[in-house]
Formats: sequence, structure tokens, C-alpha cells
Amino acid sequence: MTQPGLYHLLFISAALFFIGVYGFLTRRNLITMLMSVELILNSVNLNFIAFNKYLWPHRLDGVFFTVFVIAIAAAEAAVAIAIIINLYRSHQSIDVENAEELKY
Amino acid sequence: MNGATIIFYLLAALTLVSGLLSVTTRQIFRAAIYLLFSLIGIAGIYFWLNYQFIAAVQIVVYVGGIVVLIIFSIFLTQQAGELLPKQQIGRKIFSALAAFCGFALTMVQVWKHSFNKSTGDAVEATVANIGTQMLNVDESGYALPFEVVSMLLLAAMIGCIVIALRTKPETT
Repeated sequence: MTQPGLYHLLFISAALFFIGVYGFLTRRNLITMLMSVELILNSVNLNFIAFNKYLWPHRLDGVFFTVFVIAIAAAEAAVAIAIIINLYRSHQSIDVENAEELKY
Repeated sequence: MNGATIIFYLLAALTLVSGLLSVTTRQIFRAAIYLLFSLIGIAGIYFWLNYQFIAAVQIVVYVGGIVVLIIFSIFLTQQAGELLPKQQIGRKIFSALAAFCGFALTMVQVWKHSFNKSTGDAVEATVANIGTQMLNVDESGYALPFEVVSMLLLAAMIGCIVIALRTKPETT
């Protein structure tokens, strides 16, 4: 147990990213896949903040990137849930295996 | 080993354990709650790093917004008390293998790389500093991306309404 620094934060961020990747590969329910994507986006945010704190302290670029990523993630989650609910209405299921045909 | 270190390791453990439980549990509602705790752990790490504004945004947007949205959509689309179907063991093994190999590769690269710290006075990430730096138009400013993101949010809002609109059956 050493004093936490940049490498510890990068470890957490990488671990969270690959937990999200594992969830994205194994889950077949669209909502749980969306949750895995949220974990991946959060690990990216953590990375930006860690680099801003330890390597780039004279500017705040990492903070701005994190704010933009959070805003885009919120928009993405809203659109994804609208699509999922629409899919549930037409197919009575939100399993990706049942959602294989497109409109055209 | 002082208090701050212990708190950091506790927050890291909270984040990673609840993240792992969130992608492995078979009850979808519990998955959402574990995701909530994972996001709270990340907000705690932001607090630990003295980025209070980002931590507040994380709690407001993720914990207060996205997780609530996800829970609502679970209520709308899932039957109560139903477990998610079991996955094939082969798919689980290969996914775990792929994730672990990617993680190991990333960590080896990170340990071997030595990062260069920038020289310069540290800027405190207060709300005043964030506001003045983000919304000015000189070389450190992010006014244009800010406006682009506001347009994106507007487009996403209209898109959500259009997608989720119930198409009326032809009655007239």
C-alpha cells in the first residue's frame, strides 16, 4: 500500500474500462449493455481527470473534456433509452438477438 | 499510510467491486443499483482529487439523471422478479479472456511508460477558474465546443421525442 498517485488512478481506470468491455461482450440485454457503456465512459473521464491532476496542472483541459464527455454521455443515454423503449413496443423484448432486422 | 490513502483504497475498492457486480449479476435491477454505487465511488475519487465541480456534475448527471432513467426503463421493459437468461459458458470465458488480455496489455504499457510532468503553476480547479477558462475565446478557451455541445443536447432532445413518439394508427 503506497501513496496513491497517477499509476493507481490509471489502474482503476483501465480495470473499470475492461469490466465494461466484459459486460458489453457477455450481456445480451440492451439496458445492461447500456450500463456497461456508461462504465466505459466513466473510466475515460477518470483518465482525463488523473492526467489533468498529475501531468497538466497548469491548465484545466482535462476538466473541460470530462464535462463535455458527461454531457454527451447524458445525450447518448437518453437517445438509447428512447430507442430501447420503441424497440420494446414493437418486439416485446429488448434482447439483441431478437432485434436483428432493420426497417429497410 | 494515512487517512487519505485509506480513503482512496476504499473508494477504489467500492468502484471496482460494484462495477464488477454490476456486469455479472443476473438481476437487472440489482445491476442498476450496483452501477449507482460504482458511479458514486468515482464521484468520491473526484472529491479525493480536489475536483469538487466535476464530482458534483458526476453526481447530478449520472447518479441523479442517467441511473434514474435506466431504472425507469427497467420498470417499463422488464417483468418483475425475472432473472436475465444464463449466458453460454464459452462466451463468458472468451469475453473474460479478451478483457483480461486487454487489461494486462494496457497495464504493461502504462508501467513501462514514464510520463513527463508539465512545468507551470498549478491552477486550482475552482468553479470560478473553470468558468472563466471554459467560456473565453483566447487559446485556452472552449467557447466553441461549449456551443456545439448545447446544439447536440438540443438535437438529442428533439430526437428522443421523435423516436419515442407513439405512431398513431391511421384512424381518419
